[in-house]
Amino acid sequence: MNEKTKFMLKQIAFYTFVFTVVAWIVVPLIVVTLYAFSSKLDYYDPSKIIPFHYTKQWVYTLLFTLRALDAIKNSIIVAVLTIIISFALGIPAGYAIAKFIFPAKDTIKLSIVALRMFPIPVMAIPLVVLYIRLNLIDTLLGVALAHTAMALPFVVLITSSIFAGVSTELEEAAMVFGLTRLGAFLRITLPLALPGLAAAAMFTFVMSWNEVFVASVLTLQHRTLPAQILSIMAGASGGAAPDYYKFAAAFIMMLPAMLFVFFARKYLITMWGITLK
Amino acid sequence: MKVKASYLPYLLILPAFAYLMFFVGYPLIQALYLAFTENGAFSLATVNRTISDPRFWDALKYTIGLAAVIVPTQVGLALVLALVMNRAFKGKDLALYALIIPLTISDVAAGLIWYAMLSPSGFLNKLFLNIGLIDNPVYFFGYQFRHMEFLAIVLAELWRATAIVFVIILAGLQMISPEYLEAAEVFGADYWTKLRKIVIPLLKPSIQSALIIRTLFAMQVFGIVWILAGRDIPILAGEGFYQLTEIKDYGVASIYALTIAALSIVLGAMYIKFMKAEYLEVKE
Repeated sequence: MNEKTKFMLKQIAFYTFVFTVVAWIVVPLIVVTLYAFSSKLDYYDPSKIIPFHYTKQWVYTLLFTLRALDAIKNSIIVAVLTIIISFALGIPAGYAIAKFIFPAKDTIKLSIVALRMFPIPVMAIPLVVLYIRLNLIDTLLGVALAHTAMALPFVVLITSSIFAGVSTELEEAAMVFGLTRLGAFLRITLPLALPGLAAAAMFTFVMSWNEVFVASVLTLQHRTLPAQILSIMAGASGGAAPDYYKFAAAFIMMLPAMLFVFFARKYLITMWGITLK
Repeated sequence: MKVKASYLPYLLILPAFAYLMFFVGYPLIQALYLAFTENGAFSLATVNRTISDPRFWDALKYTIGLAAVIVPTQVGLALVLALVMNRAFKGKDLALYALIIPLTISDVAAGLIWYAMLSPSGFLNKLFLNIGLIDNPVYFFGYQFRHMEFLAIVLAELWRATAIVFVIILAGLQMISPEYLEAAEVFGADYWTKLRKIVIPLLKPSIQSALIIRTLFAMQVFGIVWILAGRDIPILAGEGFYQLTEIKDYGVASIYALTIAALSIVLGAMYIKFMKAEYLEVKE
């Protein structure tokens, strides 16, 4: 075997590996999408690996009869509230960490990093008692407040890194020309940071949209989508819902996430890099 | 030039910090109160009630067991993937996007997606039946197939959460200065020597943080197990959820929560100590 064939074989092995891995990720997504719209007969026909007849029935029943549409509305309200509250609290903190030097800064930053690890069930279970007392139980605001606690460390870390990327000189120049610090922030730094903040907002949205434990524990009637899906589908062995409803549910849940990957792909790796470091 | 220290930065941080402290501190104190008191006085009744239930020990066993199978596999897989994806090749961007899609998919959705792959009429069963690899569908779900349910959870978790580890390790790889590798090449090191003597040791911090993050999240695994196995495979978060929502026993539920918290703290401390010691050894 000469060098050239050796190289060729290596290339082939390399691309086969990459292809296999990509297929391992993508095939389940395609399968679940096809099955979500598959006719009942085609799904239960052992000879039809891929269905040929399609129907919108399962998605429709799930949305209207099984109240997934209401749950989607609830999920959007909770996610938007979470974005508003966590950004209102997180942007000042992120800005302070990015632009100031002060004693105990590292300690504060480190404790925020550590808080990101706080287990969600540990927060959610005792919170029920407080929420009953405060009449926050089964309210969307209650879920959003808990989701804010979950998302806030990420928002602080992401925004601080976004603000650190906006040149301080521009802000100082604006202040030389007579703007206050707040004015300089609102007119210079904030507009420059906007694309990054939009991506961070999408990140927060997906976090809240996907969260199931807090939402299931704190609500009964006003469920978010994952909580509603979980209560309909839980326990494949219990098998309350027929299979094709499960696939329709998976399809509805993963759509916004896929859109997020598409719109925020430029920021995606950097952002996860920041939150995971 | 940065603005010199004043009270302004503290004022800016305070709301966020106070909010977090409340949502961490209050539940911990409330959980301790619910777990260790009865009618306002200190009591171990709730603790006894919990630990005399074999399901508590099963939940502990399965939670740790799942993590012990899933986390090392994920780290190994992610390491290989990161080494492969760190090269320049045609279609790299596209492959990279495909690999990180699972990061945005919830555990509930991931469970349902893998149910589509593994159910008796699911994709893999039909595929293998049609190419003649199996004669009858392989059953993954139901109490009598609990071992297969365990496997299904492992497969779904590998699919969903390997991406997180992959991103951390890839970021670590990209920080390694090419000069080290060039220097090693000058001295005649081959690919495996470079990997063993330079890349892996320098990757230690990334691998460490990936291990910590994944193990801590594995202690609170919930949605994927609840969808694929229900209570067939008991886990700490699931049993806590069950005690809270079905039995309405807040005390026992709190003990499950506190167990997750205790495990997280012990594991986090262990990793940091253990990995640091090894890191220093390599440096010597």
